Amino acid sequence: MTATETRTPLLEVRGLKQYFKTSHKFTVRAVDGVDFVIYPGETYGLVGESGSGKSTIGRSLIRLYDPTAGKIIFDGTEISGRLSAKQNDVLRTQMQMIFQDPMACLNPRKKVEDIIAQGLDIHHLCKNHEERSQKVAEILAKVGLSPEHASRYPHQFSGGQRQRVGIARALIMNPKLIIADECISALDVSIQAQVVNLMKDLQKETGTAYLFIAHDLSMVKYISDRIGVLHLGHLVETGTTAEIFANPIHPYTRSLLSAIPHPNPRTERTRVAQTYDYKAEGVDYHLGTQHLVEGSHYVLATDAELAKWTAAVN
Amino acid sequence: MTTKTREKVLEIRDLSISFSTTAGTVNAIRGVDMDLYRGETLAIVGESGSGKSVTAKATMGILAKNGNVESGSILYTYQHEGAPKTVQILEMKKRDMRRHINGKRIAMIFQDPMTSLDPTMPIGKQIMEGMIWHYKTTKKEAYEKAVELLTEVGIDEPEKRMKQYPHQLSGGMRQRVVIAIALACDPELLICDEPTTALDVTIQAKILELIQKIQQERGISVIYITHDLGVVAKVADYVNVMYAGRIVEKGTIDEIFLDPRHPYTWGLLSAMPDLDMEDDRLYTIPGSPPNLLHPVQGDAFSPRNVYALNIDDRREPPMFQISESHYAATWLLDEHAPKVALPPELQVRIDRMKKEGVR
Repeated sequence: MTATETRTPLLEVRGLKQYFKTSHKFTVRAVDGVDFVIYPGETYGLVGESGSGKSTIGRSLIRLYDPTAGKIIFDGTEISGRLSAKQNDVLRTQMQMIFQDPMACLNPRKKVEDIIAQGLDIHHLCKNHEERSQKVAEILAKVGLSPEHASRYPHQFSGGQRQRVGIARALIMNPKLIIADECISALDVSIQAQVVNLMKDLQKETGTAYLFIAHDLSMVKYISDRIGVLHLGHLVETGTTAEIFANPIHPYTRSLLSAIPHPNPRTERTRVAQTYDYKAEGVDYHLGTQHLVEGSHYVLATDAELAKWTAAVN
Repeated sequence: MTTKTREKVLEIRDLSISFSTTAGTVNAIRGVDMDLYRGETLAIVGESGSGKSVTAKATMGILAKNGNVESGSILYTYQHEGAPKTVQILEMKKRDMRRHINGKRIAMIFQDPMTSLDPTMPIGKQIMEGMIWHYKTTKKEAYEKAVELLTEVGIDEPEKRMKQYPHQLSGGMRQRVVIAIALACDPELLICDEPTTALDVTIQAKILELIQKIQQERGISVIYITHDLGVVAKVADYVNVMYAGRIVEKGTIDEIFLDPRHPYTWGLLSAMPDLDMEDDRLYTIPGSPPNLLHPVQGDAFSPRNVYALNIDDRREPPMFQISESHYAATWLLDEHAPKVALPPELQVRIDRMKKEGVR
């Protein structure tokens, strides 16, 4: 993977920290110093358990939160500080989000057409009504719905169809980056596959980059080019999908991989998933530094930990 | 599998349930037969809307108000004062159901641990509640047993946790508490309705291992309702595949995973993401499940079935028997049907499974 280094990143995150003050005594360090880059047209998978800070990263990037510290450079402009009106406009059109719960993220009082076209309306991107409905019809066709769905309300759709509406709403702005926050975890397994395939097809067509946030590694494997494993606000292991799956080093990554149930009754019955206890292992993420394993595969560890874990893998 | 005679715990025959809604009558369950034996695990698999949960709720006698049982029977056998006693659940009064069956003999674990716990009550009290009500246990004994149960489900510092409220616990801990509550009255049948869907993968594995351990220790029967075949592979002895309110294939876990016969089961198995597969596209079953508001003509799966025969659009297939325990409802098994081979990708996967199993 030498070609990746020469490309200019679409999104560059350096030392991102996001703290929440819950009381004057206590601060939750949801994201504690995270670095990663996303290149144009690729998919970056962010995995971790609930509470690891993966959704917080997504929300900080799109500036639903104000980052405590760190730099976010999107398409050449820094977007971590105060945003000028123009920067704000660029950010709100070029970066879009798909949410987790397709039941809750669509306004039940609005027709699908108005939900999808809301971004166009706000940014005055359509000259007249015909153009607007034409754009909506085009995007509906792209996500596998038919034009007559435009005049329906969200409750008339199934979960998978609603998630398609959510994708259409994000896509209509022609964004360079879509943040998909657990966008398939509320769906049935067979529908999940449909949505993941759709997202892949759309990426090929439009060249959008995805930040794919999920806790299920088996789906992340299908869609991601590169993966970052997040635990307690730290990226503990990063690399290309192949590197992470072929040679997981960090015990947390290994526990995540082993937790995925295998659809094979002959082996699955007796298999016991590996567990990883942060406290029991005595690992302090603050002490660790990013160690290069090979290629673009990095692990957060101290020298001693890395030696121990590599020995355990082999 | 044991060689001793199997004791039947639950027998569902020809169960049909409909719901009256503002849009019309929804035929959610259309003739379901199901058997469960003591100490065994049955998994019910299917997409949302296939009627898995409704079947379980009917067994518990907690159908929604607009639900009507059209036909059928649910026979439940339990040990009463040393002798087996069989009751007809659908004919029981709600009051008797609550007093003798719910919680005491059949317990249920729901999907979302946040909504199935009472947020205004400490968890200790919630665990003790059932024992005090059903068995008139003294408070002191109930307290001791609750602490024991919390330890059993793997919660440390149980005395301290007894006083805590659900919001003070993490999702995995809450689900453990729900399991402890379900076990409090020593039920003989445990129904788990998507027990891990709302949880993380790492916690999911732990909860499944916990339920497995408890089942082995106590020898209870378990019904798992899930759409995740990975979970099924881990826990089940028998599998029932449901589609549009009917069971389309049933058999032992090996029969379903290694020798599936129904095209829908093929689709489900192929759609499972597999870490060892190198394809960059996931297999999907085309289309979406039928709307059960409208009467189903022929085989409900035929519009989505690439192997559908002409007859599938006209007549509903009966259950064909393949082996002693393996049944499937598809016309492909009829003697006049053309021979259809498994989809090649699935065949590859099954061959690999068999190989892995030998290792």
